[in-house]
Amino acid sequence: MDIVAGVLSGSRLALSRGITYVENEYDEAVDIMRKLYPHTGNAYVIGITGPPGAGKSTLTDKLAKEYRKQGKLVGIVAVDPTSPYTGGAILGDRIRMMDLTMDEGVFIRSMATRGSLGGLSQKTADVVKLMDAFGMDIIIIETVGVGQSEVDIVKTADTTMVVMVPGLGDDIQAIKAGILEIGDLFTINKADRDGVDKLNIELEMMLELNPKGVDWRPPINRTIAEKGEGVVEVVNSIEAHAAYLRESGELAVRRKDRLKSELFTMVNDRIVRYIAKQVLEAEGFEETLVNLQNRVIDPYTVVNKIVSDVLK
Amino acid sequence: MEKRIRVLVAKPGLDGHDRGAKVVARALRDAGFEVIYTGIRLTPEQIVAASVQEDVNVVALSLLSGAHNTLFPKVVEQLKEKGLNDILVIGGGVIPDADIPFLKEHGVAEVFTPGTPTTKIVDFIKENVK
Repeated sequence: MDIVAGVLSGSRLALSRGITYVENEYDEAVDIMRKLYPHTGNAYVIGITGPPGAGKSTLTDKLAKEYRKQGKLVGIVAVDPTSPYTGGAILGDRIRMMDLTMDEGVFIRSMATRGSLGGLSQKTADVVKLMDAFGMDIIIIETVGVGQSEVDIVKTADTTMVVMVPGLGDDIQAIKAGILEIGDLFTINKADRDGVDKLNIELEMMLELNPKGVDWRPPINRTIAEKGEGVVEVVNSIEAHAAYLRESGELAVRRKDRLKSELFTMVNDRIVRYIAKQVLEAEGFEETLVNLQNRVIDPYTVVNKIVSDVLK
Repeated sequence: MEKRIRVLVAKPGLDGHDRGAKVVARALRDAGFEVIYTGIRLTPEQIVAASVQEDVNVVALSLLSGAHNTLFPKVVEQLKEKGLNDILVIGGGVIPDADIPFLKEHGVAEVFTPGTPTTKIVDFIKENVK
């Protein structure tokens, strides 16, 4: 199968296979991405993050339907965690999106984190590019259910939405560093529950202190995603943020930053893999480990030696 | 990175009994597979469309309503129509022994009935996945 030609001509099978190549790091993957890169940069990328059970999948489903009403093509990347013990995963986000499965204008791919800790899979950015080259107008990335510090989504999305639900914690949570800092917009889902006003006030107070020091004030929307309530308002907020990014020139700045960080990650991966191979295959590595264990040598000396050997 | 076996677990037809499917999904997860769990009351068309998007190696169908002779072959047929010839299709649920040869003739690689140890399913997938 010619994956590049297939992706560019709208073959869903080619897109699907291409994602597998990238995820599994098959040898052909780099060449595929190299050829598709010139065809990327057209999709608008929306990141949806929040704690487990906040309603990210349901909200993603409703947002996608809203964009479909506008005639836009929608790609969805839904990430769930990989077991640190077995490497297996249950990817269950599709359950909330089965209506979309038969829609030829939507492509949903579930991904496991495969060891990555930032709330995404390491390959998410490449999968987004594949969907972009395929011709998707909107790409929604749903992160794993996050705690406080999984903030990789900002390195991949144009607009990041943090989904909250009432009743999770007191007001000190709202002033901690982490995911609450990364929202371009906030959505309080399950807004028919107790505590919604309190959460709203806490978020308002946090935003009042404006940690980013920019002109955009993240709006707070309320939704009951299961019933579809408030979804149109969320789409309007996303569109308003997109317009702000474009008009202020911030979009170009963000995308450039993103490219820089992606580039560094790629270089980093390549170097780490190279060094790891050198180190693991080096003669006497086992002996070094034993010596470390017996406190004959110290790890700092070993690191110095490894690095100076590699850089020679 | 080594290849991960991806399995779509689905329940076709009008049957809401998903305990078995969930137990199998969990066992497959523990075997190191990536399991795409799609839930209950699906049409063969939905299962096939999801398989296309997820590029799975295995489709595991669970059914307790008695409609397996209709629905399982339909899934196999439609996967082939979409060009997904190398997907391993397996089935499970309350399926009479007498129906199993018919299902195998129609492309279901193996059928696992109640009481099957989950390790048997895992081993079968590992041995037969393409």
